[in-house]
Amino acid sequence: MTHSLVSAATLLGLCACGMVGIGLYGLIVRPDALRKLLSFNILGSGVFLLFGVIGRRGAAAGLEGDPVPQAIVITGIVVAFSATALAATLLVKISDAENALPDAGREEDEA
Amino acid sequence: MSEPFALLLTVLVLLTAGWIVTVRERRAAVLGFIAYGLLLALVWIRLAAVDVALTEAAIGGGATGVLLLRVAARLGDLRPMSAQPGRMLKWLAGLVCAGVSLALMALVLALPDPAPSLAGAAMEPLARTGLGNPVTAVLLAYRALDTFLEIIVLLLALIGVWSLGPDRFWGGRPAAWYEGTPSSALTFLARVLPPFGIVIAGYLFWIGADEPGGKFQASTLLAAMWLLTMMAGLVAAPRTGSPALRGALAFGPLVFLVVGLAGIGWGEGFLAYPDRFAKPLILLIEAALAVSIVAALALMVAGPAERNTP
Repeated sequence: MTHSLVSAATLLGLCACGMVGIGLYGLIVRPDALRKLLSFNILGSGVFLLFGVIGRRGAAAGLEGDPVPQAIVITGIVVAFSATALAATLLVKISDAENALPDAGREEDEA
Repeated sequence: MSEPFALLLTVLVLLTAGWIVTVRERRAAVLGFIAYGLLLALVWIRLAAVDVALTEAAIGGGATGVLLLRVAARLGDLRPMSAQPGRMLKWLAGLVCAGVSLALMALVLALPDPAPSLAGAAMEPLARTGLGNPVTAVLLAYRALDTFLEIIVLLLALIGVWSLGPDRFWGGRPAAWYEGTPSSALTFLARVLPPFGIVIAGYLFWIGADEPGGKFQASTLLAAMWLLTMMAGLVAAPRTGSPALRGALAFGPLVFLVVGLAGIGWGEGFLAYPDRFAKPLILLIEAALAVSIVAALALMVAGPAERNTP
């Protein structure tokens, strides 16, 4: 492993720390629920990236990175998507309830 | 590709993240998030984690992006979850978050050298699985239980999404993407792209045993092609109550479970494969899982049932 590779990984590690901070800030400061969801995803991706950087530093045995964190991050990305889909659908439900859909009557007729 | 590229990526990622958090328009934030997902995919490539990069581009950018665009278009005025913070509170929050970032940065700079690594442990039994890609080996051989639970999480989330639809439409179809006729450009793309998408997905699936790629990336691509044809109105979204769909969703976890339980019979334990059949069994599980993942991803993006049309 050359020195330049290490420092690029470290740089992206610092980037991940910044992502965590920005995501946390959006989560606290923005009152809009969709923005909180996006912020939470930014926070999460920062954590994933941090894990990835640690995996990259673990390059050994002829590999360019430790495969175990990579596999766990792939699982994490899919689980994060599932949670985001559930939360986003919940937002639609809340929005529909709060705004008493103009076409709610039409749906009632169909049923 | 060395530090200048990493530096450029760092600046772009942080700027995009800042844009998503601060921009006024919801739609702009969602579009920013798609760009952010693609930038992150580049970051993962820079970290030599191509498997993760493919997943991030497909799921983090693509699937999440489409889902959020659909949701942002549907959302009316939401009651704010909290009061608009004053200037004082914003500064305080900024300070706290900067503190968190700085503390994490200090930890990154203090990481031990040489770094602890499981790379050796992952490579050593690789030949026994017949696989060439250690990431696939971790996902489906060494840590197969994680992957099994992951598909269960995917299904639970889908059940959660479905249960948020109105009761009277349970088992019906998700809402149509458009009220009117979709644009001719979209219809054209939805006719032209799927054949290519299917071929590329098949390639990604097959190559995943030895090279970066695999069932998640391939499944997401197939789900995207299916969604594209749904958006263009070429095919209707499936009835969420249809037995074929429910069967496809349950197929992957069931095959996984049966192979896993058979591992106990072989004397090795749950989810252990006999050496001679490891690769065929892993491919069987991956193929079965791919069926379920395509259906689960596409239907999560399509949303709960909201109409009863047969």
